[in-house]
Amino acid sequence: MSIDLLAQKYRVDFPILEQKVNGYPLAYLDNAASTQHPTCVIDEIARYYKEDHANVHRGLHELSSRSTKLYEDARARIARFIGAKSQDSIIFTRGTTEGINLVAATWGTAHLGPGDVILITEMEHHANLIPWQILARRTGASLQYLPIQGDEGNIDWTLLERRLQGAPVRILSFTHISNALACVNPVSEICAIARRNGVVTLVDAAQSAGHAPIDVQEIGCDFLAFSGHKCCGPTGIGVLYGNSEILAEMEPYQFGGEMISSVTYETAEWKEGPHRFEAGTPHIAGAIGLATALSYLDDVDRSAIQATDHHLGQIAYQKLSNLPGIRILGPQSERAGLISFQLGRIHAHDLVAYANQFGIALRGGHHCTQPLMRKLGLQATARASFYFYNRESEIDRLIEVLRQSIRYFGN
Amino acid sequence: MELDELYQTIILDHSRRPRNFGELPAPALRGAGYNPSCGDEVVVFVARSPEGKIEQAKFVGQACAICMASTSLMTTRLKGKTAAEALSLKRVFVDFLTKDAPPPPDELGNLQALAGVKKFPQRLKCATLGWHALQSALSGLER
Repeated sequence: MSIDLLAQKYRVDFPILEQKVNGYPLAYLDNAASTQHPTCVIDEIARYYKEDHANVHRGLHELSSRSTKLYEDARARIARFIGAKSQDSIIFTRGTTEGINLVAATWGTAHLGPGDVILITEMEHHANLIPWQILARRTGASLQYLPIQGDEGNIDWTLLERRLQGAPVRILSFTHISNALACVNPVSEICAIARRNGVVTLVDAAQSAGHAPIDVQEIGCDFLAFSGHKCCGPTGIGVLYGNSEILAEMEPYQFGGEMISSVTYETAEWKEGPHRFEAGTPHIAGAIGLATALSYLDDVDRSAIQATDHHLGQIAYQKLSNLPGIRILGPQSERAGLISFQLGRIHAHDLVAYANQFGIALRGGHHCTQPLMRKLGLQATARASFYFYNRESEIDRLIEVLRQSIRYFGN
Repeated sequence: MELDELYQTIILDHSRRPRNFGELPAPALRGAGYNPSCGDEVVVFVARSPEGKIEQAKFVGQACAICMASTSLMTTRLKGKTAAEALSLKRVFVDFLTKDAPPPPDELGNLQALAGVKKFPQRLKCATLGWHALQSALSGLER
């Protein structure tokens, strides 16, 4: 398969990519931070605002009926996208971060106490780390980590079962794909081990939902969180999936309009289902835009996206490996479509500024994984992250610019 | 290219071979600056004479070329200054990077090589990190 097959067909759908930056064609290689939007998503959001907007679940008038239907249809579309049995398992959030915070604040507060263990990994994004730190502090539970192994960063998951049996672990929260290391964790196997040991699981799917087929039934997780803007959808909208038995007994996250069934001056009762967790007027256009984006990704074909991602990541790994003084994080094979690296003594910010001069958009920093960077003895790395609209030629341009940067800054 | 305005020769030189790199033992004053967006950290050490004049300034840290060069250049310009004079230089330097008014060139000297930062406002934090560490080291001494 030509690595550019999807780009040849679909790149035209992304108008933002057809521009020059500093006189060079834009090579957008920051997709792990945020992906771009196909025209159909931009158009659908504009159409919704031009034709159908009103508040949801409140008005009896025509526009409110339309927006309510679009919003709830979006929920159903998202349920299908991740293989959820019911749309009632789909809670709209602002993004992955809010989804994880919601679980920590509601399920966590109700179920954890002194002596209990929250288990996460050393490769987690701050969004899947700090909520648990705070929860541990509030409940007296302890936060423990599954260690990464060396620069390759893989976790020895064969040790998981013993770990779960050796301590009162209540929840295991882990990333599907590491945004810093490009590791792909064996999510179904992990959840199976957790399930047979009675441990609740949360999968951080921020880097995977738009990049690979996701089926929560097959994965067998209790919770799964992702962000719209990392899968061709808008910012400010995300999804928390929760299995229906757990959601049914969970307390609300925030309180206000939309989430109640009855209120008196003294007390209030909550709605059933996902609305209980959606206080206030939601990001209606965001939900509709996200549903459109997910339909688009299914048209492109997520298995093909996954294969392209993997190809681009592997080719980038091979080509970057030949640069003098380079240190690449993550495994040598089975990589996701991103690569984070330190080039000699050149600081990531200098490298990113240099690449930008030639129209290449990279990310430089700690990628919201400061403890991981510290463990690896790094402060910051540069990162190139790919999506199906990227071409192999953009990797070649990156390599050339990195070679030039060595001459420019000295190695 | 435009980037050459940011990475002038003197900047690249000071970033590759930072001057006054290293620590000073107590009772030298010590101040740290931390940039949470990139994890860069520099620690500045200041030794003063009994009369309160700076005799030596050194720094350690790992940071980008702009931050290393700015901090390195800073340490070469502090000798003989009181705390108040050093902090006044900091204000002149920050104004130079953030305001349009022409700088007093005598005071800034080779620090003017950082003028390129004006066109890259996202790098302002890099250029001023060492200076914030200096301010922290001298806190309470400005009178």
